[in-house]
Amino acid sequence: MRLPSVRLLAAGLGTAIVAIVLVAGLLAPWITPYDPFITNLDARMIPPSFMEGGRPENFLGTDQLGRDYFSRLIYGARISMLIGIATVITSGLIGITLGVLGGFFGGRVDDAVMFAITCRLSIPLILVALAVVGLVGSSLNVVVLTLGLLLWDRFAVVARSTTMQVRNLDYVAAAWAAGCSQAHILLREVLPNIIHHLVIVATLEMALAILLEAALSFLGLGVPPPLPSWGLMIAEAKEYMFFSPWVIMVPGISLFVLVLGINFMGDGLRDMLGAQRDV
Amino acid sequence: MLIFLARRALLAMLVTLTVLTVSFMLTRLTGDLAIAIAGPQASQADVEIIRKAYGLDRPLLVQFVNWVTDAATGDLGRSFFYQEDVTKLISARLPVTLTLGLTGLSIAILTAIPLGIIAAMREGTLLDRGIMTIAVIGQAMPSFWLGLTLVIIFGLKLQWFPISGVETWQGFVLPGIVLAFSAIPALMRLTRSGMVDALASDYIRTARAKGLSRAAIVLKHALRNAAMPVVAISAVQLGFMLSGSIVIETVFSLHGVGYLGWEAIGKNDFPVVQSVVLFLATVFVVLTLLADLMNAALDPRLRTQ
Repeated sequence: MRLPSVRLLAAGLGTAIVAIVLVAGLLAPWITPYDPFITNLDARMIPPSFMEGGRPENFLGTDQLGRDYFSRLIYGARISMLIGIATVITSGLIGITLGVLGGFFGGRVDDAVMFAITCRLSIPLILVALAVVGLVGSSLNVVVLTLGLLLWDRFAVVARSTTMQVRNLDYVAAAWAAGCSQAHILLREVLPNIIHHLVIVATLEMALAILLEAALSFLGLGVPPPLPSWGLMIAEAKEYMFFSPWVIMVPGISLFVLVLGINFMGDGLRDMLGAQRDV
Repeated sequence: MLIFLARRALLAMLVTLTVLTVSFMLTRLTGDLAIAIAGPQASQADVEIIRKAYGLDRPLLVQFVNWVTDAATGDLGRSFFYQEDVTKLISARLPVTLTLGLTGLSIAILTAIPLGIIAAMREGTLLDRGIMTIAVIGQAMPSFWLGLTLVIIFGLKLQWFPISGVETWQGFVLPGIVLAFSAIPALMRLTRSGMVDALASDYIRTARAKGLSRAAIVLKHALRNAAMPVVAISAVQLGFMLSGSIVIETVFSLHGVGYLGWEAIGKNDFPVVQSVVLFLATVFVVLTLLADLMNAALDPRLRTQ
């Protein structure tokens, strides 16, 4: 706390990274120099232009099928951001609903919610996600839905504990006294007062979803080729990594920087919104 | 304490039963398993043979009850691909996963606790922030990419460790380090916050007033109080590591339980898939139960919850 400037700097940097990746993903068709799917077998595995043997047309070189690596990277940003945001929306809806209900009503409802959270935590995350994608077939929608259905636990835990704190506060009692409906109290009194905690959870879950999608795609059971997911790019480049390490460094470092940026942004939000407790 | 123990054990059993159901339903997601196993070239007759052979023609409920009762007696069925008992397959692969998990946990504890203590002793300084930033960076590292990068640096360039396989103990070092990365941030944060609380408490002031050395205060008094929750959370982290080792086992071609599960998914070997899910979940349930009991034994306030 004694060094606010460092924290502020990290938060600003994180937000900038996320913003850049988001914009790059959105504008991918307009800012990429080449089509990310067009192969060119005469120009395979060309190193980035700043390395020996590189050429200026392909800033980050080309992959094993001669596709422009920079264009694939930008389209990959699109997939990562899409997975991150869509997963957070799905898992957020499930987790927040469960957590708020459990925290607000307590008793049997809360027991059921706690049981659901315990079960979810016991299920091996990656294996089950792999199994679902493997059995249902891999597509972007399946990955989003699978991750969304699995990553709601932290939302539920935080929504539950924060709801417990606000449900006994005066303004909730006042709303009861004024004759407000249960739905009104939950949506208008409780939710707005716990939302800042949930925003921080959302950043953590978004980072986790992006890492998991990359891991699933790396294991061949995530986003199907030829889509340029960063995890898939690493998997496809694996055979060549001993001779040209840059092929795994380009998507790997991108993934690392994006996740780091999201985490820094989350830390910044935590400071800004005054949620001091560790969530 | 006994009532607490019984309640926790009952809860653990209920959770295991739910996981049993989930793992069973999971493999039935595709609709018709017989078609999936037979493959695209199979004729209708082949599919029917497979359906009979694996008992898939029976009602779902019968299949489920059989699976639960067999699993309760340790019989997890036979693998289609290996033509062997799944229990045997898992126990043959277990040593690799267990060694990997324990190596990862040891590395994580040996890194996280000293760093957490240093951060707590220098709370609020640049050193503290630097150490905690390492935790954030560790969390952002994609494990499979970190694994491949370490293989390039230490396996190929420096040749300190083998690139894959575990013929010697050196084979466990790189995957162990990668696995440790997943547990270090949580352990470090907990050590730090525990130590910060402990160092600010009255008994530490008393110890200081008695004129004890700094090392004695930190190591004997503060650490003893801060370490207990860390030990308990380590059990939970080991559970996460064992179930998360699937990615690392694949990167380093370690033929452990996770690798078995990954192979089985690719081969539509559903008895193996559902058994590995069940096995990893059970291990996790047991480890969290252990952590709960450890915490309760140390802190009587938790028992009344």
